[in-house]
Amino acid sequence: MRRIIPFAPALYILFLMLPIYWLLNMSFKTTNEILGGFSLWPNEFTLDNYRTIFTDPTWYMGYVNSLIYVSINTTISVAAALPAAYAFSRYRFLGDKHLFFWLLTNRMAPPAVFALPFFQLYSAVELFDTHIAVALAHALFNIPLAVWILEGFMSGVPKELDETAYVDGYSFPRFFFRIFMPTIKAGIGVAAFFCFMFSWVELLLAKTLTAVEAKPIAATMTKTASSAGYELGLLAAAGCLTIIPGAFVIYFVRNYIAKGFALGRV
Amino acid sequence: MTLELKNVVKRVGAETHIHETSLRLAETGFNVLLGATGAGKTTLIKLMAGLEQPTSGQILFNGEDVTGMSPQRRNVSLVHQFFINYPNMTVFENIASPLRVARVSAAEIRRRVGETADLLKLTPMLGRRPSELSGGQQQRTALARAIVKDSGLVLLDEPLANLDYKLREELRDQLPQLFADRGAVVVYATSEPSEALLLGGHTATMSKGRITQFGETPVAYRQPRNLETAEVFSDPPINAAPVAKRDGRIHLDEGVDWSATGAIAGAPDGDYTVGVRPHFVTPHGGEGAVRLKGRVLVTELSGSESVAHFDMGGRTWVAQSHGVHPYQVGAGHDFFIDTSGCLYFGADGALVAA
Repeated sequence: MRRIIPFAPALYILFLMLPIYWLLNMSFKTTNEILGGFSLWPNEFTLDNYRTIFTDPTWYMGYVNSLIYVSINTTISVAAALPAAYAFSRYRFLGDKHLFFWLLTNRMAPPAVFALPFFQLYSAVELFDTHIAVALAHALFNIPLAVWILEGFMSGVPKELDETAYVDGYSFPRFFFRIFMPTIKAGIGVAAFFCFMFSWVELLLAKTLTAVEAKPIAATMTKTASSAGYELGLLAAAGCLTIIPGAFVIYFVRNYIAKGFALGRV
Repeated sequence: MTLELKNVVKRVGAETHIHETSLRLAETGFNVLLGATGAGKTTLIKLMAGLEQPTSGQILFNGEDVTGMSPQRRNVSLVHQFFINYPNMTVFENIASPLRVARVSAAEIRRRVGETADLLKLTPMLGRRPSELSGGQQQRTALARAIVKDSGLVLLDEPLANLDYKLREELRDQLPQLFADRGAVVVYATSEPSEALLLGGHTATMSKGRITQFGETPVAYRQPRNLETAEVFSDPPINAAPVAKRDGRIHLDEGVDWSATGAIAGAPDGDYTVGVRPHFVTPHGGEGAVRLKGRVLVTELSGSESVAHFDMGGRTWVAQSHGVHPYQVGAGHDFFIDTSGCLYFGADGALVAA
């Protein structure tokens, strides 16, 4: 038993990395090789899959569309959540606790519940198949989340800081932008990260609310059954590229997230 | 410069935080607000700063009505008990911030911040962030920000409460000099009677949202207008016990009585409350001291003083004496009241004789 224990984490990491390795492995194979048999590494190493994605607009526009609506969503969510979280953390008003809880319950419903009303509504107001449509739909569950995260960080800042600034002569907007936001920048980073992630991985709403113009990458990936059969190599390459933005963002906010955990809000 | 509160009342919901208060503070010396936690010191300070508005009443600054004016437009600075600085700014920018907001020229800012930092020994820290400073330095930064503004009203809300003992003493000695000759009304809230005595000036004792007395600090200490003031202005807490005056003698308990001399001699016979500060109750009897037979409950020793809590006739008394006195907890012990230090209060709590 004692001999096995040191290998346990290694084994865990191995199993953790295996699907990702397999995806990477497939992305460098041709579809024929993938379907042809089992191999631990590509025998006929090819970059064709990636070449296709970066040259064919139907592929790379998927990434562009996704990034556009994710960015819009993150901006809207954090911008809307900042004043809301400030109100929740600084003021007592009628029904504040109920409202706060109700906001959170929005996260509890599966997105599928909202797919139909959104689809109908956006079609009616001609927002269907636009980036803003997806961004707004995702705001439904991202704003509550951002409010909740930011409220935790803001409540960690003593109210006396606000008072000191007012006495020093700061107007509210100046205090908020010059002092308060820099003070909770870790919280803003964490909130933005989670908005980004949830919007990036959400497929159902994004797929339902778009057709061509704003089609997300995940939707593109589900439509790879062409007349030539399944293009598995291409699909694997697209999958690999989908992981990158998330990994990139995590790298930049990793310290902030640790802080968020320490504050008990993430 | 003067700050005047006229019939100020602060209610929040059904609760009254500040009962009708009128107060006139001048720039001569510190104005100490003395009271236990929850007495309303911070609320009163917020009212003075304009961070909260009185439910009724007026606040006048130099005769001008500033009630309802926002803190930004009032000429005021504030230091909190917690070390509040702007965490995203360097110490220099922290101190400079009220000047920047007031659009003072860059050269002038450099000069004034430099001067103030010098005064508070912060010059080597100017480039650092508040989180890289010790508690004492952080609070000095907050004080520097209050000083550099040159405001007419400086509010210090228990600024030394969170500092360790040594730093507290050091800063406390420095504070009166820092604010002398600045022409500002300085209000200093504290819960420690010794701090009020050390800072001098005027003291307003506060209890349960009321100012029980306001006057020169030594006067408020020696001649508390009522029992409440004496209770607030005593640490360790003042001993209070019912006594009866009959035939020119004060009776405290069976066989514990003394002759009524001094101001109390002229008072009519009847029931009173005697207030005896702990340092008038000692384990060593002097001339004319009244003996109390007590049982020691708790003892506290500091380097130069001994404090004993003892039970006598079902009432807890506190004795404070110089030097280290060996008490045995649970054992009987004789204590002596120096009756010259007795304060007598009437049934309504008002001082009858000091």
